[in-house]
Formats: sequence, C-alpha cells, structure tokens
Amino acid sequence: MIAIESALDPILGRHRRDPTALLQILRDTQEIFGWISPEVRAAVASALEIAPTRIDSLTRFYAHLYDAPRGKYRILFSDNITDRMAGSVALMELMLKKLKLERGKLSADGLVSVDFTSCTGMCDQGPALLVNNLPATRLTAWRIDEICGLIRARTPLDQWPEEFFRVEDHIRRADLLLGAAERPGEAIRAALALGAQGFLDELKKSNLRGRGGAGFPTALKWRSCRDAPGERRFVVCNADEGEPGTFKDRVLLQSFSQSLFEGMALAGLVTGAQKGFLYLRGEYSYLRAPLEATLQKMRRESLLGRNIAGAKNFDFDIEIHMGAGAYVCGEETALIESLEGKPGRPRIRPPFPVTHGYLGFPTVVNNVETLCNAAAIAVVGGDAYARRGTTRSTGTKILSVSGDCERPGLYEYPFGVTVAQVLEDCGAPDVGAVQIGGAAGNCLIPEEFGRRIAFEDQPTAGAFMVFANRRDPIEAARNFAHFFAHESCGFCTPCRVGTSLVAGMIDKIAAGHGAQYEFLDLKRLHDILRASSHCGLGQAAMLALGDMMQKFKPAFERRLITKDFEPDFDLDAALARARELAGRDDAAAHLGEDI
Amino acid sequence: MNAPSAPRKIRIATATLGGCFGCHMSLLDIDERLLALVEIAEFDRSPLTDIKHCGPGVDIGLIEGALCNAENVHVLREFRANCKFLVAVGACAINGGLPAQRNRFDVGDILKKVYSDAPDGRSRVPNDPELPLLLDKVYPIHDVVRVDYFIPGCPPSGDALWKFLTDLIGGRTPRLDYPQFHFD
Repeated sequence: MIAIESALDPILGRHRRDPTALLQILRDTQEIFGWISPEVRAAVASALEIAPTRIDSLTRFYAHLYDAPRGKYRILFSDNITDRMAGSVALMELMLKKLKLERGKLSADGLVSVDFTSCTGMCDQGPALLVNNLPATRLTAWRIDEICGLIRARTPLDQWPEEFFRVEDHIRRADLLLGAAERPGEAIRAALALGAQGFLDELKKSNLRGRGGAGFPTALKWRSCRDAPGERRFVVCNADEGEPGTFKDRVLLQSFSQSLFEGMALAGLVTGAQKGFLYLRGEYSYLRAPLEATLQKMRRESLLGRNIAGAKNFDFDIEIHMGAGAYVCGEETALIESLEGKPGRPRIRPPFPVTHGYLGFPTVVNNVETLCNAAAIAVVGGDAYARRGTTRSTGTKILSVSGDCERPGLYEYPFGVTVAQVLEDCGAPDVGAVQIGGAAGNCLIPEEFGRRIAFEDQPTAGAFMVFANRRDPIEAARNFAHFFAHESCGFCTPCRVGTSLVAGMIDKIAAGHGAQYEFLDLKRLHDILRASSHCGLGQAAMLALGDMMQKFKPAFERRLITKDFEPDFDLDAALARARELAGRDDAAAHLGEDI
Repeated sequence: MNAPSAPRKIRIATATLGGCFGCHMSLLDIDERLLALVEIAEFDRSPLTDIKHCGPGVDIGLIEGALCNAENVHVLREFRANCKFLVAVGACAINGGLPAQRNRFDVGDILKKVYSDAPDGRSRVPNDPELPLLLDKVYPIHDVVRVDYFIPGCPPSGDALWKFLTDLIGGRTPRLDYPQFHFD
C-alpha cells in the first residue's frame, strides 16, 4: 500500500486531487501499475474521497482502462475495413499462431495479448496495430515475424527499430492549410491587430463552418459563447478523431499543431475563455510529447500564458486531456462528460455547450481542422478566405483518402470538388463504391461520383474510403455493423440493442442463413435506430448500411435462402452434449431438418 | 330462405414451452372478455382444450416460453407449420427469459451436478428415450422459426393480450400503448 501511495502522490498532485480529472489520474496511474488493481482502485478512491464505484464506471466504459492484469505487450490490431482489405485478418492469425495465443487471451506467462481495436487512424499506411498504444504501420508477414521475435526476447519497446513506428503525413494535395509555411505567432498577431470584435467580424465574413461534420457556423458559435452568461468560459478542441477512415486531424496534430493552438487562442480571444483543452484520442497518445513541446515553445514565445503577444488581459493556456478508447466521445457533449472525468455518455441537447458546457460553463467545442482554419482566416482575411470553395461552403476541406487507390493520404481541396476528381487524383481507376464520411457516412456508387464535396451536396467530416469493384460490400457492412455494436455506449435501448441485432443479422446473411425476413428486419431497424437513438452515433449507425442495401441489393439477396427462415446454428449439434451425458443415440435424441 | 351462414371462427392455438404458464394466466385475466372472444374464436391445441396437436388452418398461434429441449423444438415447428400468425408471448419466448439464466453454464456440467446425488455418489443422467434431451443453451423462439409478432412482458397483462388479439383479428397492425408494456 505504501508503494502505491508514494507512486500516486505525484500523479494526484499534478491533477490537484481534483475528481474531475479522474480519467487522467487513472490513465497516469495505469501507466505505472499496468492495470487498475483493487488496491490501486481503493487508494485512488480514498485519496480523492470518491466512491470506488465511480472508478468502476470508468474502467468499464473506456477500452483503454484495464480492471484485470494485462500482458507486458498489448497488441491491438486496427480493425477498420481498410485494414482488412490490406490483409490485417491474416496477419493477426499469423501472429496468434506464432505466439501460440488465442485472440483476446493473455498468454500463460503474462507476456502478451493480441486483440482487435477500432480504427486507429492509420488507414493510409495500414494494416496497422498498436503495441502498448504505440502505432506500428505498414504491417507485412515479415514485420509480424520480427515483432514476435522482439516480444519473445522481451525487448523493451524503446529498443524496437524506429522504422516500425514511423507515421507518414502523406500530404498529396495541399492548399490553404496544408500548404502554409509555419510562421509562429502570425495568426495571433494578425487577430490582435484587428481586435477581438474585429477578428470575429472577419470570421463571420469568412463564413467558416465546423469541419467535424455538422457544419455549424463558427463565428455564430463563438459569439454565442461570448454572450452567454457565465463566470468562466472554455475552449475545447475535439481531437478525438475516431471515425473509421479519418486521419486528417492526426496529420494536423503531427505537423501543424502550432496553427491549431493559435486557433484555440483566437477562440479564447473572441469568447473571453482563458483555458483550453485539447481532447486527444487515446490512440494518438504518441503525439502527446511533441504537442506538449509545442505548447512549451509557445509559452516561451509568449504565444500562450499571460498577456499573450504583449496584449494586456489576453490570458489563455491549453491543457491536453487524453481519451481512453471510446468512439462516442467524439460527440461533443460526451466529450465534455469525459473531460469532467465521467463515462462519455452524450448529454441531452439543448442546452448546448455554448451556454452549458464544461462544468456547466459556456464552452466552445471545435474540430481540429476548424480551429486551424480560424487561424488561417486571421492571416488571409475573411473576404479572401470566402472566395475559396462554394458560396455556402467556403474554404477548403481536407479528405483522408484510403482504400483501393494508388496514392492514399491527405488531399486538401477547395469545397465543391467532385468525387470523380478526387478519385482521378488519388489513382483509383476501377471503383465500385466510395464510403464518404466514415462508417457513419454515405456509400456512393459511380452514378453519384459527380457529387460535390460541400455542405449543400455531399457533406463529410473527411473520410474517403475507396472500394474497388472486386470488393464485397457485405464485408464493409459487417465491419461497420460490428464497429457500432462495439462502440455503442449502452445508454439508450434503440442503439444498445439495435446495433447488436444488426450485427447479428448481417453475420447471419453473410453466412448464408438469412432470408428475406432478416433483410426486411434490417430495414425496420434502420428506421428505428435513426428515429429513436439518443445521439448521433445510433442515428447514423445504419446510414452506410442503408445505402449499401439499396445500392448493392443483389449482393445481399444472392446470399438469402429461398425458404422463409432457417436458424443460423445447427440444432442437432445443440443436443450433442446432452446426448453424450445421457449416452443416447436413438432417433428421438436427434433433431432433423425442419420440413 | 337460406340464413346467412355464420362467419368462420378464428382458430387460436397456444402452447407453453420452457415457461411458467404465467402468460397463459394472463390470457385468463381478460376475464369476461373471454366470452366475447369465444363468440368469434375457437381454440385448437392449447392447455385450455387439452388438444394434443395443432390441426391445419390455425389462424393465430401464441407461444409462451423459451426453447429448452428437443420437444420444445418439435412443438414450435408444429405451430409454425400450421399457424398463419405465430406470436412470441412474453419475456421467455422473446429473449429466453429466466430459463436462459443457465446459458452461462455448460449443460453437461448442469446435468452432472443435478444427477450426482445417487447413494454411490455416481452421476446417472437419465437415458429414457421418453425424456426430451436438453439443448446446449436456451434459445428465444425467433432463433429457430420465423416469428410474426412479439408481445413483451413478464407476463404481458390481460389488457395487453386483449388489445393485441383484437387488433390482429380486426386487421390492424397491433400496437400496445405505453402503459401496456411499462412495468415499473
């Protein structure tokens, strides 16, 4: 106990013994002890004077918190459809065979466990896996072999070849954001020259809309927060980039963090907030150290902290909060719950975060790309910015292109670019479908490739997954269905039960046991989930599937049986155990086919 | 003068698989409305009639209980083959209910445990062919046959059953009002 307490002390001190930092405290504690043991649980609860069940509510909610011992090496294969298309399933089987392991089970010597996790945001350089939360990209059978060797030799991670962990930016087309040279302080100084109201006017002229997918006007959001009553205000950057197929924020965080942090400071300038949070998804924890370094550098250069850039009363600083493996935390109110040290369950809106956000105070929540755009607008001006893109969708959009194409990576276009243009640029000649906006997005077929990327036509948060003609849409449908069943937070019944039913039915159809009955039931569930789920996760969970069922109907139908129903398990085999125990094999001890 | 012939009565069959008969008790809870029901309906196979097998041409089959053993499967298949509408009644038929509590154990271990009290301490699982064998797990009925309608509840109230039956017989998509499936 003494050992635990002495290790806990600095962690608790760092977080000011504040129960709202519980998630961060548990993450830091787990770094030391490997898991949240009953002893650690008791020590944290008593130090923070909270009920131990509050700790359980987090360890059970977040995939990256463990209430059972984990291996020295925790291998998690990214399970996006693009990883699968690149061969991840075979590579995982290879690793399990080499390590003589079962998926999800810790090896007997406590050395290693291997399992799947949701998309890790490395779709342009997959298949990928996380080893103790560190991403290893571009996996091959050879690389798996090397990794198994290092694990068996118990080589510490910091002695593994750096090459394994190289994460490329893959910027294929740059425009306003990705083409900008880094000029520290330029955006902040430009905005200060205009003044808070002056910059807000520029932002309004620019007509910038949120890049997280919903497209809410940024100037309106910031102004609403500024005008909402409250003693304190907060700025939150949503860097919980969990949408399968999306990885543009990862590159912005890796190579353009200065611009992002300046964008956050500008939100502080306009709203009067003095504190910002960067909510970084757990899978990107390898980015934390470089991000902290950028923050330190900005503090030294007086671009964060007190009297920023010499401006009196312009105080703003940024703290990084780590997520812990929960897709739903990308929803802004779930993210705020998580920031407050609670399970990330979406709140009921309204009230919206601009009036009642973090700790009930007015809060701006913006996507990484939105904030980078805000910084760019300070430099180029609202009018010049608004000349890019279309009338209703100004500026540029960064697309995360992955899947069956020659040049996967980031493509930044002015809004209004056609899907066909993107496909031509990324080198995708034989395309059967494009999944836009991630698993929660739309599935487009060649007849629709004239659609334009814009809020008024085909909106997207940035994912652009290309499927060649030879791909089976059922595989994508299954992957997405299991993703949502796994990530549903369990709060509302339509989503909790519905996503699991959907996954089960698609599996049944894929296995060749489904009938029209299941196909029709999927359509019924599509309507129920969309109409009655509590938050966007459930509402959008069947969007792609609905598109696929409509546009690739024969791909589903050809698997349907002509009978009106059959079970998806072998009834006679279900009697085998009882037969064995009773020592029977007579006719009545068997169940034949239904006739 | 030919008197207009009385319209054919609706045929209803009912059965309990792995259940507690609570749903059947609820059916009796429609009270004096039973008299209105038998004006327009007659019962085929049912614990109420003691008819042992479903005849052909049944309109509505009501199934209570989950699938626990081979005999349950035979009864369910007989209902599916003979009923126009097959209805899952109550929590066990819909989700496995209480009987499904055994699903986290191996059925072999359960049998060994239950039949281990012979004087010599040896386990003797009965092997009489008259006795239906247990399935490895308890299944809801829609895992094994197509089911047309579901009436939730443990048990559904007499009012819920009445509302459901009158809707179905009247050709209306059955709908239960919130108080009819809200149990807190």
